[in-house]
Amino acid sequence: MENSPLFKSGHTACAGCGQAIAARLVIEAAGANTIVVNNTGCLEVFSTKYPDTAWGVPWIHSLFENSAAVASGVEAALIYLGKKDATNVIAQGGDGSTGDIGLQALSGMLERGHDILYVCYDNEAYMNTGVQRSGLTPFDTNTTTSPAGAQSSGNIRPKKPVPEICLAHGIPYVATASVGFPQDLSRKVKKAISIKGPKYIQIHASCPLGWRHESNQMLPVAKLAVETGLYPLFEYENGVLTGRKQISPKPVEEYLKTQGRFKHLLNNPEEIKKIQEIADNNIKKYNLKLEA
Amino acid sequence: MKEFVEGSHAIAEIIKATAPGVISAYPITPQTHIVEDLAQMVANKELNSQFVNVESEHSAASVVLGGSATGVRVYTATSSQGLFYMQEVVFNIAGMRLPVVMTCANRAISAPINIWNDQQDSISLRDAGWFQIYAEDNQEVVDFHLIAYRLAEDKRVMLPVMVCMDGFILTHGMETVDIPEQEKVNKFLPAYKPLYKLDTAEPISMGLLADPDYYMETRFAIQETMKESVGYLSEISKEFNAVFGRDYQDLLVEEYQTKDAEKVIVAMGSVCGTIKEVVDEQRAKGKKVGLLRIITYRPFPYARVYEALKNVPKVAVLDKAVSLGAYAPIAVEMKAAFYGKKKGPKVVSSFVAGLGGRDITLESIHEVFRRLTVKEVNSDFIDLKPELLKEEYGE
Ligand SMILES: Cc1ncc(C[n+]2csc(CCOP(=O)(O)OP(=O)(O)O)c2C)c(N)n1
Ligand code: SF4
Repeated sequence: MENSPLFKSGHTACAGCGQAIAARLVIEAAGANTIVVNNTGCLEVFSTKYPDTAWGVPWIHSLFENSAAVASGVEAALIYLGKKDATNVIAQGGDGSTGDIGLQALSGMLERGHDILYVCYDNEAYMNTGVQRSGLTPFDTNTTTSPAGAQSSGNIRPKKPVPEICLAHGIPYVATASVGFPQDLSRKVKKAISIKGPKYIQIHASCPLGWRHESNQMLPVAKLAVETGLYPLFEYENGVLTGRKQISPKPVEEYLKTQGRFKHLLNNPEEIKKIQEIADNNIKKYNLKLEA
Repeated sequence: MKEFVEGSHAIAEIIKATAPGVISAYPITPQTHIVEDLAQMVANKELNSQFVNVESEHSAASVVLGGSATGVRVYTATSSQGLFYMQEVVFNIAGMRLPVVMTCANRAISAPINIWNDQQDSISLRDAGWFQIYAEDNQEVVDFHLIAYRLAEDKRVMLPVMVCMDGFILTHGMETVDIPEQEKVNKFLPAYKPLYKLDTAEPISMGLLADPDYYMETRFAIQETMKESVGYLSEISKEFNAVFGRDYQDLLVEEYQTKDAEKVIVAMGSVCGTIKEVVDEQRAKGKKVGLLRIITYRPFPYARVYEALKNVPKVAVLDKAVSLGAYAPIAVEMKAAFYGKKKGPKVVSSFVAGLGGRDITLESIHEVFRRLTVKEVNSDFIDLKPELLKEEYGE
């Protein structure tokens, strides 16, 4: 990909990092009149190692869990300065900083009605600290703190439904996106930016290191998550489901077998059945199935 | 303009005069009245400010961090558990060199839960890179907030300032306070012009990762600024006096009857009013006693303390906080101030009083003077109730 003035290459992300691609797509879609507030995590670390920065827009990192609150302060200051209408504010972070330790700050930001887009880069674990489970780690995933073993098939609970939690705040826009569908992702960011008030987009972003797949498999793996129904793509405007990516569902096994984090499941049809159920429920809930 | 007001209201009035663009706080006793008053001023359109009602102190501190980074003057206030809940952000604000001003309504720390005054909260955050200035009365509280913004926003400084005031005693105390007029405030405190800010016209990155090749210099720089700021404080104090006619001298310490004193108590905050009464009483009887009041606790004014006390034979340090398992916090600094020096007190005894709001009475202060003998004591608790201790450890 050619260099971007808003998110320059030369950062230190792993080869094939989905989050690096997603972050670039987000800022390209949002444009130069944007201030970005970043939580601690892979993206922050690989994009701003002093004295270098990948960011061509004003960018600030404070702590692991407070980007939503720092962004609230940025937005308030912009209103005070009379510059808010000319400036987009994006708060962003990984799934751990967003859905676990930063959930309270996120909830506060949503409930107060700030004009901020929150972007969660969901790579389904704490990657920066070495692939520990987060609340958004999928059921049965093998991570360093939810390891598979004689009496464990990995993470014991399904993903925390952060988009639904956000939706329950009555905010005007909630969407999921995937790095596997870049045009859809960009469109959603542009749409979100055009809406006033708090917005939430959760982007499924593959992580070759944590998911254990080849770095050139970043796109196909992300795509499969959507195509199996495990990562439904949808958008809600003012609480109403207005968009969804329809699929001809593939069996979840096709997705699971692409990644080392699910390897322990492959000879375990019982567990695969449970995961297929999760996909089937998503397909039903969001009416994802393309009519033949 | 002289007004008979509650301390919290006086702060709200002076914060209004400084016109912060972003205010954010979370309620905790005894800080609440300050932010309630500010919220009302914003609601009444008396104050043009964004008042952000957050869900926690962590977010209150984060909001003012974000506001300050965007280039506007900001304000927050907290106390006790709230300050501890903020701690991570408190360090972060200093590391990012943001000129945030905060009021700490000093209150004891849980457990056991206790809403009354001591100084354990702010003292526990002494290493955060914030200035800590302790007021004795509400006139000082008001004046120190103005001074705090001047200091924090000084291009040579660019560090946050915590104005510490004893909870309830000052926050809820009614006093006659001269609330500075707006024109004078404007004269003393120019509009904030940030050195760096988040601005799409000139994009910069803030809060980068600094590896071992870079991190240490950032801490060194703050340490150096703190040292140099000791001098800036007297400069600012002089200018303050020129505009408002109140002289806080070097703003580091106040010497009260120390010149020929044989016994001096060192203390901080509102308790110094009580100590002054005892000093006056003793002096009237011909006893050579005095008080050294620490105003600025961070940076700690070692040189000034040394000068003030080098010829005093006996010093009692009165802490309203403890460092469990070690010397009390101010006592440690006092020992350090004289260590390896030619002159200095023969005795530096350490006393702990007033924890969790226990009254420090005139009698408590007499007791400190009585216990200040040739025999040095370490963290001697004043006004303990032995009968309660017995209950706890009895057969
Ligand atoms: C208060 C606090 N707790 C823990 C950490 C350590 N920490 C830094 S990044 C990180 C994981 C980040 O995970 P996530 O938010 O999912 O982002 P990712 O790195 O996966 O992109 C953790 C646990 C921290 N910096 N601060
Ligand atoms: S660990 Fe994963 S998220 Fe982090 S930089 Fe590497 S690929 Fe990207």
